[in-house]
Amino acid sequence: MDREYETVIGLEVHVELATRTKIFCGCSTAFGAAPNAHTCPVCTGMPGALPVLNRKVLEHAVAVGLATHCEITRYCKFDRKNYFYPDNPQNYQISQLYLPICRNGYVEIGTSQGTKKVGIHEIHMEEDAGKLLHDDWEDVSLVDYNRSGVPLIEIVSEPDMRSAQEVIAYLEKLRLIIRYLGASDCKLQEGSMRADVNLSVRKVGAKEYGIRTEMKNLGSFRAISRAIEGECKRQIDLLESGERVIQETRRWDETKETSYAMRSKEDARDYRYFPDPDLVPVRISDAFLEEIAGRQPEFRTEKMQRYKTEFDIPDYDIEIITSSRHMADLFEETVACGAAPKKVSNWLMVETLRLLKEKGLDPEDIRFSPAHLASLIALAESRVINSTVAKEVFEVLFEEDVDPESYVEEKGLKMVSNESALLETVKEVLAANPKSVEDYRGGKEKAMGFLVGQTMKAMKGKADPGAVGKLLKELL
Amino acid sequence: MEMGFATAVELATAIQQGKTTAVEAMEAVLARIGETEELYNCYVTVDRERALQKAEAVQKRIQAGEPAGPLAGVPVAIKDNLHVAGLPTTCSSRILASYRPTFSAEAVRRLEQAGAVVVGKTNMDEFAMGSTTETSAWGVTRNPWNPGHVPGGSSGGSAAAVAAGECFLALGSDTGGSVRQPASHCGVVGMKPTYGTVSRYGLVAYGSSLDQVGPLARTVEDCAAVLEVIAARDEKDSTSLAREDTDFTKALVQDVQGMRIGIPRDYFGQGLDEEVKEAVLEAAALLGQQGALVEEFDLDLVDYAVPAYYTIAAAEASSNLERFDGVKYGYRAAEAEELHQMYKRTRSRGFGPEVKRRIMLGSFVLSAGYYDAYYLKALKVKAMIKAAFDQAFARYDCIVSPVAPTTAPGLGESLQDPLRMYLGDIYTVSANLAGLPAISLPCGVDQKGLPIGLQLMGDCFQEKKLLRVAYTYGQLTQDKMPAGIPGQFVQGAKTVSCPKDQIEKAAVAEAHAPGKGGM
Repeated sequence: MDREYETVIGLEVHVELATRTKIFCGCSTAFGAAPNAHTCPVCTGMPGALPVLNRKVLEHAVAVGLATHCEITRYCKFDRKNYFYPDNPQNYQISQLYLPICRNGYVEIGTSQGTKKVGIHEIHMEEDAGKLLHDDWEDVSLVDYNRSGVPLIEIVSEPDMRSAQEVIAYLEKLRLIIRYLGASDCKLQEGSMRADVNLSVRKVGAKEYGIRTEMKNLGSFRAISRAIEGECKRQIDLLESGERVIQETRRWDETKETSYAMRSKEDARDYRYFPDPDLVPVRISDAFLEEIAGRQPEFRTEKMQRYKTEFDIPDYDIEIITSSRHMADLFEETVACGAAPKKVSNWLMVETLRLLKEKGLDPEDIRFSPAHLASLIALAESRVINSTVAKEVFEVLFEEDVDPESYVEEKGLKMVSNESALLETVKEVLAANPKSVEDYRGGKEKAMGFLVGQTMKAMKGKADPGAVGKLLKELL
Repeated sequence: MEMGFATAVELATAIQQGKTTAVEAMEAVLARIGETEELYNCYVTVDRERALQKAEAVQKRIQAGEPAGPLAGVPVAIKDNLHVAGLPTTCSSRILASYRPTFSAEAVRRLEQAGAVVVGKTNMDEFAMGSTTETSAWGVTRNPWNPGHVPGGSSGGSAAAVAAGECFLALGSDTGGSVRQPASHCGVVGMKPTYGTVSRYGLVAYGSSLDQVGPLARTVEDCAAVLEVIAARDEKDSTSLAREDTDFTKALVQDVQGMRIGIPRDYFGQGLDEEVKEAVLEAAALLGQQGALVEEFDLDLVDYAVPAYYTIAAAEASSNLERFDGVKYGYRAAEAEELHQMYKRTRSRGFGPEVKRRIMLGSFVLSAGYYDAYYLKALKVKAMIKAAFDQAFARYDCIVSPVAPTTAPGLGESLQDPLRMYLGDIYTVSANLAGLPAISLPCGVDQKGLPIGLQLMGDCFQEKKLLRVAYTYGQLTQDKMPAGIPGQFVQGAKTVSCPKDQIEKAAVAEAHAPGKGGM
C-alpha cells in the first residue's frame, strides 16, 4: 500500500436477531422452510394488516447498545423507508432514521499499536426483506417472503478504522459481544451478519475525508479483507492518475475478487422517510433499562480475569475458551460436574476445536452436554477406557451427545489391564514376531514399541498399554 | 312488522322477542335492494346467498336459546375498504378488483360476534379519497333523497344504504370526515370515535394516523349500540387503546342541563350556506332552551386545518398505497417487459385520477428538501390545532358546528374543482387531526329537500357527552325531523313525496352531467 495515503473506513453492519418470531408479526424466523411457509398478512404486505413490535427485538437492541457503551434513546420511533422492489412486500421498509434506539457508543479493539476505540454512530432496528429467485429458464422471478420481517439491527460505526486488520478486529469484537448476549449467531456465511464497507483514502495528514464508496456483498472476513485492499488500491490508482473517485455503491464479486459499480450518488434514491403511523413511539422506561442491564452477561474481559483466579489453567487456554460464551459456559459447567479444569480445557482446546474445524462449525454449534463430557473425562481418568478409546467415544459424543458410560458399556470398550486376560494375547504376539523378540533381546528398545502396538491391535485397542508393556518385559 | 320503519335496536329487540326473524329481516333488506339498488348503486358487492345463510345461522342460535349478541339478526353493510372474509375488498378501485382478503377486519369480526349479519360491501370514493363517492371505479352512488345529487363521501355507499333502507346499519371509515359528511348529506347519524377506540386491523389504510372506523345509523341509539360493540383494544393494532368507558348506550340520557356548548365563530363565516348556518344555530338554540350553556367563542387556526390535513393524509397515503404494485395481488398490467414498466403501467391504469393526485401530492411533501417545509410543518400545525381544541374543551363539553358548508352537491359538480371540494372538509378534518370524537346528525332540510347535518365535537374519550347531547337533540326533534327518504322510505312522521318520474328525470340529467366519468 502506498505510504502517502491513509485509508478511512466506516462499517454498516446488519445483524439478524435471534428471536423466535419476526419483528412485526408472529411468524417463525426459522431458516430453511418451504418458500412462503412462514408468512402471514403482515409480512406479505396485505392491505389492512398492521405491524406490532416484538418486544424481544427491543430487548436485544438495547442489550447490544448497552454492551457497546451507547446512549439509549428513551423515546424512539420507527420510520418508513420507501422504495419499490418486489422483495419488499409493502414497498417500504420499516426502519429507524430520525430517532434510532442507540447512539454514540464505541467498542475497543486490539491493534498493533495497542487498544483503540471504534465509535458507534448509531444502532437502529429494522425489518429484513424477502428473497428473490430468478428462473432464467422460465424467464420469471419468484419471491419468498420467509425472511421478510426477520428482525435486524444495523450498527453504523464512525469512520474510525484505518486498515483491513482493524475492520476484522472490529467485526470480531462485535460478533463476540453479540454472541455473548445471545442476540444473534452472527454468521457471515449464512447472512446473519452482513457488513457494508464505506471506504475513502486521503493523503496522510489531510484534514478532510476523501470521496467514499460503499462496498456491498461481502460474505466472509476474507472477502472483506480482499475488498478493502482492492478498493484502497483502486482509489489510490485513480487519484494518482489524476482522476476522481466517484461516490457510488459497488458490489464485490467474490469469485472474481473484483468490484463493480452498482449505482452512483446521482441516481441515489429518495427514500421519503417519515415516521410510521402504524407504530406507536417506543418509550424506554427506567425499569426496562434496569431489567436489560441486570440481565447483561459477564463479558469476556471480566470472564478472563475471573478464570485466572478461579481455574488453574494457562492464559492461552483462557483466551481460547472465552472466545465463545457457549464454550466458556460448557467449560464451567463441565468443571462443575467434577472434572478437573485442565482436563476439560484440554478436551475443548484439542479434540473439540479439531472437530469443529474439520466440520466447518463454530464453537456456538457445539451440542454435547457438559455432564457427558465430564463423564467421559472421568472414564478416562479412572482408566476405565484408554486414551485412544476415549477419543473415539468423544467423536460420537460430539455428534450425538451420547452418554459415554452406557456407550462404553454397550460397545464393550472398557480397558483390559488384567494380566491374566492379557497374557494369552501377549504370548501369541511374541510367538508371531520372533524377529522383534530377537531384536529386543539384542538391545533394540524400539522393538518393544512395535510389540506393544501389535498387542493393542490384537486387543482391538482396549488394552491398557502400560500393563501390556509391563507384561511383555516380564516375558522377555 | 314493517321493516323499513325500524331502527336497528328495535329490530334486534323484535327478533329477540320472536316478533320477526333474522331471515325475514335479511329478506326484507334484500328485497329493498332489489327495488332500489339499480338506481342508487350503494353496494359494490351483495352476496345474497351468504347473507341469508348467515342470517339463518343467527336465527338458529336465537331459537336454540344460545346467546346471539345485542345486534343478533341485524343486517349491516360494510364499506368496501373493510375486510369481510369471503367477500372481495376492492376499495372501489380497479387495482383491487380481484382482491379477496383472508381475514375479516376486527370491527367486522366484533359486529358479527354481536350477531349482526353482513349484507354486502358498500361503494366509496376510491381508497376513501373523495367527498362525493364519485371517484369510485364502480360508478357513482346516488343520494336517496334526490338521485341527482351525490351522497357525500367517501363512505357514500354506507350512508346511502342506511338512508335507503338497503341495510339497518353500516360501517364506514373517517379520515377527514368520510363518515360524518355522507351521514349529513344522506340524513343519517354518523360517528367518528376518538382515534384508537376502534381497531384499524383489516381497514385498508388511507391516512393511518387519521383513519378511524365509525358507525352510520338511523338514530343516535343505533350509533351508540354499534360503537359499544366495535370499540375495544386490539393487540393487532398498536394504535388501539384500552378503554373502560365503552358502555356507550348508558349515555343515552335526555338531559343537557348545565352542559357547556361552544359555537366557534370562525366556523360560521364565509363559504357557509345560509340555510345550513340557520339550521345549525337553531339546533344550538334548542339545546340552550333545554338548559345547556351555549356561547360563541374563537377557535384558533381554523384556516390551517384543511392544508395540514391534505398534507399529512396524502403523505401517509402515498406510502400506504405503495403495496399496490401488481406483484402480489390485484390488477397487474399484462404486457410489461420489465419490472419498472410493470409497476408504472399497473399503477397508471389501476388507480383513478384523484388517487394519483394524492399520491403525487404525498410523494412531493415527503421528498428530500420538502419534508421540513411541508410534512414536518403540517405535523406542527396538527399539534397546534390539538392545543387549540384542548383550550376549547377546557371550557366546553362539546362544540357545535355544521358538518359541511352546503347540503349534497349535484352529481358531477365537485370533481371539476378539487380544491373547492377539499375546502368543503373544513369542519370535519380537525377532529381527525386532533384525534377527537365527533358525531353528525340530521338537523333539518334545505329548500331543495336535502338533509342538513349538525356536528358535535368532543374532547378525546368524551363520546358519552356527545351521545348525550345528540340523543337529547334527537329526542326533541324526532317528530319534526324527516329522517327518511322522500316518497319511498319514511321513518319519522313527516313524509315528503317525490314522484317516480322526478327520480327518473334526475337520473337522466345526471347521465348528461359534465363530470360523469370524467375525472
